[in-house]
Formats: sequence, C-alpha cells, structure tokens
Amino acid sequence: MAAKPTFSQEISNLLYASHGNPLKTCIQCGTCSGTCPVAEFMDQTPRRLIGMINADLKEDVLKCNTYWFCASCFHCTVRCPAGIDIADAMYAVKRYSIWHKTYSEDLVGPTFSETFVKTIARSGRSYEPILAPTYMFSMGIKEVLQEAYMATQMMLKGRMPVLPAKIKRLDNFKEMIRRIIPVGGAE
Amino acid sequence: MKKFAYFPGCSLDKIALSYNHSSVDTAKLLGVELQELDDWNCCGATTYFHVDQLLAYTLVARNLAQAEKAGLDLVAPCSACYKNAYFTNKYIKEDPDLAEHINFALEGDDLQFNGKINVHHIIEIFVNEVGVEEIKAKVTNPLEGLKVAPYYGCQIVRPRKDGENLENPHFFEELVEAMGAEAVDFPYRLRCCGGSLIMTSRHAALDMVRKLLQNAVDSGADVIATACPLCQVNLECYQLQVNDEFGTTFKMPVMYFTQLLGLSLGLSKKKLGIGSELVSAVPVLK
Ligand code: SF4
Ligand code: SF4
Repeated sequence: MAAKPTFSQEISNLLYASHGNPLKTCIQCGTCSGTCPVAEFMDQTPRRLIGMINADLKEDVLKCNTYWFCASCFHCTVRCPAGIDIADAMYAVKRYSIWHKTYSEDLVGPTFSETFVKTIARSGRSYEPILAPTYMFSMGIKEVLQEAYMATQMMLKGRMPVLPAKIKRLDNFKEMIRRIIPVGGAE
Repeated sequence: MKKFAYFPGCSLDKIALSYNHSSVDTAKLLGVELQELDDWNCCGATTYFHVDQLLAYTLVARNLAQAEKAGLDLVAPCSACYKNAYFTNKYIKEDPDLAEHINFALEGDDLQFNGKINVHHIIEIFVNEVGVEEIKAKVTNPLEGLKVAPYYGCQIVRPRKDGENLENPHFFEELVEAMGAEAVDFPYRLRCCGGSLIMTSRHAALDMVRKLLQNAVDSGADVIATACPLCQVNLECYQLQVNDEFGTTFKMPVMYFTQLLGLSLGLSKKKLGIGSELVSAVPVLK
C-alpha cells in the first residue's frame, strides 16, 4: 500500500500541473515577500508560508491568515526566480482549508467564497446584496453604516441592482454543474 | 466592421454600467462591433477558484463555447473575467484531459468547446486592433491639459501571457496620450488595489487603496484611469471609507479609460455615464 501523502505532497497535488515549478524548488530568497503588497498584514510572509509547506508544518500553515489575505495579484508569481506560481499555491491552500474546514473562525474569506459559489450555482450570476451579509458580521457598527451609506448612494445613481439577475437556460446550467460535482452546491 | 463576442460580466450589468456603455459606444465609433454574448454566466471572478478549480474552468468554458459557436473571439472588459477566460482557453487547448472533463459537463447545456478562439481584454482591442495612431487621427476633442494616472492594476498584465513587458508596459500611457491628455508618471500603476480583500480583509484593502490614491496625488494626477470594474469600485467608491479610516481628504475621480476615450472622440458626458460617480469627475473635465 502506498504511504499516506505528506502535507506538502497534498498541496502539490492541488496545484494544476502546467502552472509553475514545484514548491520544493524554492530557494527562500524572499522576492515574493518583498513584492507582496499585503505582506504587512499577514501573520507569515509568502516566503515563510512556502517554507512552512515544504517543511510539512501543516497546522501552522492552516492556522495563519496568509493565504486568505492573498489578493491574487500575481506579482510574486511573475518575479519568483525559481518559477514558482506562489499565487496559485495560495489558492491551493485555500481550497485545502475549505474542503477540510480547517480555517480559523474569525476569517471572512472562506464564508464569502462559499456564499459566492452558491449564489452562482443557483442563478448563474453573482449578486452583491446576497454576498453582503457574509461579510457584514465581521464589521463594526461604523463600517456597517459606511457600507449602507455607500449602497444608498450607489442605488440613487442607478449602480446597485435591486433584484438578482438570472441566466435564461438555468436548468441546463445546473445540469452542467451537476456533471462536475454530482452532489453539487446547486440545490 | 470587426466583430467580437462581448462578455460584459456581472459588474458591468449594473455597478459598472458606465464602463459597459462607454466600451460599446466608443468601440463602435472606431469600427469595432461588440456583440453581447448570448445568455452568459458569471465566470467565478477570483473567488470560485478558492473552492473548486475544475468547476471554475467549466463556468468559464460555457462562455467560451458560446463565443466559439458564434464564430467570434471573446472580449472581456473586466480584468478578472479576462484572466479567467484567457487561461481557461489556454489550458483547455493544451490539456486534452481537462478538455474532455469540461466538454462532458458542457453537454449538459448542449454546448461544446474546441479551443478555436482567442481571448482579449478590451484595452487590447483599442491598442492592437484599432491602434493608437488610428485613434489619434480620430480624436476630435483632445483632452488637453488633463493629467491622467494610467492604472494597469494586476490582471491585464499578470500572470504572464506571452512575451509582454510585465514590469514596464507602455500601452496605457500611449492610449492616454492619443486622447490628447497627459499621462503622468504613476509609480504604483502596477500595484494591486486589493481586489476582493475589500470584502474579506477590509482594513488591509483600505490601506492598499490609500497608498494608491496617495501615489496618484503625488504624481500630480487630476484623475485615475482604470480598465477594470473591481479596481474602479475599490479606488472610487471606497474612497470615503479610506478618508474615514485614515483621516485623509482624498477627492480623486476614478474613470474608465473608455469614458475618457469617448470624450476625446466627441461623445457626450451623458452617453458615457459620467455623473454616476460618487467622487465627481466633472470638476476636472472641461
Ligand atoms: S520568490 Fe520564489 S524562490 Fe524566492 S522565496 Fe518566494 S517562492 Fe521562494
Ligand atoms: S499574489 Fe498574493 S502573495 Fe503574491 S504578491 Fe499578490 S497578494 Fe502577495
């Protein structure tokens, strides 16, 4: 019987084959951390995260906020001298943590992503007001008021949708989704 | 007239309506027809890839398949939509296994995708299909004296597609100059606006927006030009929040490049949706 894959192998398996070089080729140069516009808000820098994955520090990786704070800007990816697609590695860890439900509870990212996915599976389009409640709870009263103020201004200027849009061939669309994930989020 | 399948995407349906109208009208004046894709679906933005990669590719492929059916290349005005469409198209072409999985799903909607089309961002249509010289020749109302900060953001240049200049692109500046405006030297033009972090990591995203706005002010810009609805909303609509959070007093208009281009070609402000901003652009426009 094959040995159970290590954490670093599991993450590697989640990287789509044509994207970049294996994470193991990281030389810990720190170009990614120096480039990253969000690094100052991350518990661990991108360089450290790659190092931690390679060292199989599964728990430490999953409990940090780094991958949920990645904005997918791909600046690190295009600069990495080892040709690693760091942004894609961040996606891989996000997927891993959603599937295993291992993210820390005070993060909004995972809930937001799941709500977003369900909205599309139901209607074929995304719709901002349904997404709002998923992140509202993370805000203080000041932010909620700001958000409501902005939404009102946008509505007055005709920039906020009143009703969600739906695609026309919705049944076919749901069938398409079921063919990919049989249990589907398409309830 | 050159014709493309136009995929507006969810933001352009409403929140970025002015980008939608100004793109279609401006392209038409320059001899390009943008024909809206039939019954398009959300491409998953950056978010769907957090959850399931194969499903994310399938969502995008449904739009690609419909463009292919119409025999047209796909054009997206949103940078995130563009990146998704570009790479899904590329991977399906390169990977028969992925293509097979996706086509099995697409059959559920009587569609099929054979990888016969190309994908473009709308700014490429103006820069490459129409051409900067051609635009210059058609400008009737040059935007003289207007100082514009051309903001590329991320995904029209990253990740790498083929051979493009990633660290020092010029096409946006050239386009701005073709309109008769001045493209200011804007050092943060390639820096991320925070994208969807504005929803999930508010403080970090507001700080990213603050730095960009400050850099635009320091560059002497009257207005920031964008080519993406997410960048536009982050930089403009969240400016009030930035001012609240950091005690700043930014009042920097953020316009779609197609609105500026439309003005230079003589289209009316109303037609270009100018006036629906939260930070008014009118004071800086003659
Ligand atoms: S830039 Fe690449 S090689 Fe350098 S630390 Fe980051 S991932 Fe490793
Ligand atoms: S892709 Fe993510 S990790 Fe890389 S520079 Fe951008 S925000 Fe940082």
